[in-house]
Amino acid sequence: MGRCVLLVEQAGPLTTVQDAGRFGHLRHGVTWSGPIDRAAFAAAHRALGNPHNSPAIELSHGGITLRCLEGEAGFALAGGDFTARIDGADAGGWTTGVLRAGQRLQVRDGAAGNWAVLAFAGVLACPRWLGSAATLALVGLGGGRISAGDRLVIEAGAPVPAQPLPRPPSTTGPIRVVMGPQAAYFDATAQAALVMEEFQIAPAFDRMGVVLAGPALVPLSVTMLSAPLLRGAIQVNGVGTATILLADHQTTAGYPRIATVISADLDRAAQLRPGHALRFAAVSVVDAIAAARAAAGAEAAWLTLVAAGQGSLADRLASANLIDGVVDATGAL
Amino acid sequence: MTVAPVIKPVGDTGVLLEFGDMIDPALFDRILALDAALRASPPPGLLETVPAYVTLLLVYDPLVTDCDAIAAAALALIGSAPGARAVREHVIPMCSDADLAPDLEAAAQRLGMAPDGVLAAHLAAEYRVYMYGFAPGYAYMDGVPAALHLPRKPVPVRSRPVGTVMIAGGQCLITTLPMPTGWWVIGQTRTPVLQLAAAEPFLFQPGDRVRFRAIDRAEFDAG
Repeated sequence: MGRCVLLVEQAGPLTTVQDAGRFGHLRHGVTWSGPIDRAAFAAAHRALGNPHNSPAIELSHGGITLRCLEGEAGFALAGGDFTARIDGADAGGWTTGVLRAGQRLQVRDGAAGNWAVLAFAGVLACPRWLGSAATLALVGLGGGRISAGDRLVIEAGAPVPAQPLPRPPSTTGPIRVVMGPQAAYFDATAQAALVMEEFQIAPAFDRMGVVLAGPALVPLSVTMLSAPLLRGAIQVNGVGTATILLADHQTTAGYPRIATVISADLDRAAQLRPGHALRFAAVSVVDAIAAARAAAGAEAAWLTLVAAGQGSLADRLASANLIDGVVDATGAL
Repeated sequence: MTVAPVIKPVGDTGVLLEFGDMIDPALFDRILALDAALRASPPPGLLETVPAYVTLLLVYDPLVTDCDAIAAAALALIGSAPGARAVREHVIPMCSDADLAPDLEAAAQRLGMAPDGVLAAHLAAEYRVYMYGFAPGYAYMDGVPAALHLPRKPVPVRSRPVGTVMIAGGQCLITTLPMPTGWWVIGQTRTPVLQLAAAEPFLFQPGDRVRFRAIDRAEFDAG
């Protein structure tokens, strides 16, 4: 529906453009990047009718303030308890809306969550690298960081009604891990501590990882040849501090990974606020894969409701029941 | 007779094959051969392969396949793998004037050598690309002669420009980002290992061989 121009009046330090990710180049040191909360990203685009791999804005604490200079654009906000205000009026969180010329959209964090996705109906213009708009924050490659003074141009798509989105399936319980691949660098005490003791999310987090506070998991040795790793790795440094590695992780590293968070639980862990307590539970690879498949099924069911725009309270309850049923039926935690 | 790799699951999306625990060119050839075979005929659900010094990571889609199926497909290809692709050789022109090699003097002192001796040893050696890591285009090369082995500095210092040639232990690296480093900077090249705008942005493939050629300031400045 024409061109829309937004002025970034303010943006938190971790604000970037992300698409689904830049895949296929781990062997050249290029990590996947992409959204930290992949379900929120999928929901925001689904609610707007955008292709799944479209660029969107990922934001964190500090939020973002945008002023619409020209045109209008539908938007969707998803993730954590982040909420939107349009010209000061509460527009809620997990919602779609329309931003019109002259209006100001403010997104702020709420009680929970570190990351949210703000997507626009249509195409957000941005640079790409290796075919992807995902921003590798370390080097700024891809769509890039967003900061005050930037202008965003959107080839706006079809208008969307302003309405709440059904919330994602809620998952609770310990964060499940598969031990290893370098568990042998830790004695039995450290391995047991990982799954028996309580940890907290430390204040330091970014797109590379979340540092954990808690018992020191001191490795027997850190003399390790660099080896490849994946998102979700729990990497431990020489003094025993563990970090859960996220979307912008290094592709190889020489510190041992005591365990790897399963994909079904990783984004939930990344959304836990600093100071929040968490526990880990070890599962088998077979159970981890079953959990990934159950989570994908539940997410697909939920996204169908998101696409249908079924945002009333009754529909939300129905969606919660449907999704709980899916999870229960597979025996996942 | 070679020993089969040790199979380690990496969460629910990866399998790490461990071929050994020491850098060994013959072992790395086996990793490259399997990597090439898997890329030539990937089993269903295999997304990426990542070779490193003594390991090969296989990344899979858990909605399509599973850890056992990927590991079995990989093991079945060991031995039947086609020969590794032709190894490419690169010659990297490097200038080591004092301002481009700020650690040369200190490195020579620690090694008990003259700076020219350090450079001569470096230029005489052949390097091999074992893996990328850290950041896009950071290609880790092994082959620094034992006489030049130095530990990393305890703390990274001063940001150096792209194209910095530096060494630590047996490793040599050409930087692709301006970033502080604890490695020993012994020269500078204008040959980009990472060309952002190119269709094939990465100069090296794992397994490639690399030599350095000394150039004077005039040739360096001419680009």
